[in-house]
Amino acid sequence: MKAKDRLLAELRASVPQVAPADAVAMQARGVPLVDVRDPEEVSQGSPVGAHRVGRGRLELRIEEIAPDTAAPLLVMCDSGTCSLFATEDLRRLGYSDVRSVTGGFTRWKNEGLPVEVPRGLDRDYRERYSRHLLMPEVGDAGQQRLLDSSVLIVGAGGLGSPAAMYLAAAGVGRLALVDHDVVDRSNLQRQILHTDARVGTPKIESARATLKALNPNVDVVGIGERLTRGNVERLFAGYDVIVDGTDNFPSRYLINDACVRLGLPNVHGAVYRFEGQVSVFWPAGGSGPCYRCLFPEPPPPEMAPSCAEAGVMGVLPGVIGLLQAVETVKILLGLGELLVGRMLYYDALRARFSELRVPRNPACRYCAEGAEFPGYVDYERFCAGAS
Amino acid sequence: MPTVTVRIPTPLRGFTAEADEVTVDAADVGGAIHVLNAAHPGIAARILTPEGELRPYVNLFVGTHNVRDLDGLASALREGDVIAIIPAVAGGAR
Repeated sequence: MKAKDRLLAELRASVPQVAPADAVAMQARGVPLVDVRDPEEVSQGSPVGAHRVGRGRLELRIEEIAPDTAAPLLVMCDSGTCSLFATEDLRRLGYSDVRSVTGGFTRWKNEGLPVEVPRGLDRDYRERYSRHLLMPEVGDAGQQRLLDSSVLIVGAGGLGSPAAMYLAAAGVGRLALVDHDVVDRSNLQRQILHTDARVGTPKIESARATLKALNPNVDVVGIGERLTRGNVERLFAGYDVIVDGTDNFPSRYLINDACVRLGLPNVHGAVYRFEGQVSVFWPAGGSGPCYRCLFPEPPPPEMAPSCAEAGVMGVLPGVIGLLQAVETVKILLGLGELLVGRMLYYDALRARFSELRVPRNPACRYCAEGAEFPGYVDYERFCAGAS
Repeated sequence: MPTVTVRIPTPLRGFTAEADEVTVDAADVGGAIHVLNAAHPGIAARILTPEGELRPYVNLFVGTHNVRDLDGLASALREGDVIAIIPAVAGGAR
């Protein structure tokens, strides 16, 4: 008798075995079911609600799933053989009531018991996001969270380009871009979503082509409308984060006001020649300020030339847009310390970041504690008439 | 009187012959703007209203703190302080 067969015979005699139908009942009572098959097998289907941990990582992960080593635990493999070995491993770790599912997944499926195809466990997912999956701060749970999340970027331009590309690469499930412009050759010095061949085509079409080429799994939503107070709430509805990559004050105030009203985080970036500003305005997320706390009014147009008039170093919006993407991912994953209540000011020529404190203005008409939303305004007039 | 550095944002560098930093001696923030304007006439009008108040679209920081959260233009300065003028910027390079 081979050593393997001897051990199996021992295990069969000593490990309690449970028929699949009984395992379903135990699952319903809260007993964890661990599917120890390889990811390739699991990607074809796995019991509903099972924890999927390949045998190679079982000892590393099991305590997250079953912290109580005295409580019952179900283990399943393909046919009911490997799960016996896995049971032995778990016993060695101290688990005292491990049971193996007889006949494994093959029998489970044949008996018509509930099966699901775990999303994203396919080969593309594991390869594409492997560097995320390796990090405990992201891992499978974090990556699933990114896949389930949605981000709306206003402006498929200098800031929106790098932000969108990295968010798509990171696996943000739904990425919307709001832009009604067409690609101009003068955009290409910094707007890396677009290409020379796509000059003259709508930016949202160009953006979609680039983002889909990078990560075909992302649902790219192109919104070729100008953002107005009439459509802003409809367009923002259902998104987790708004990224402000616009180039004008009316849009910035409109985005701010809508985000305050809807309780959404507004990931703000702005650039001018060699300087950039980044912050997260999110009063609903804590005690942070809104954009109006810092800038209650826009400057008069003659005092705030746009990049089209004043120019911008092409790389600069890349830096700022990427910082916006970083903050967005942190929000989606609930990681780290956000740029809420702080602004990063980047001076590219000095190669210097300054951190500025931006507390909430207790008298802010839009976001002060208990303030009633004062409504949207005529933003063009508001920004043209500021003094 | 403390010597402090005033960081000039790009949109205002036309007043300072493109200098991005100007050193001034002043006891408080309002004094620093006054001294800055004496050396670079016209710049104060971009920061202050005709009544001498801080314009709502300009923020002055001493170190990391907005002077609006300190004592406004009366905020005292210490030797080596850095005053940053932070204007609202629209650009997204679209």
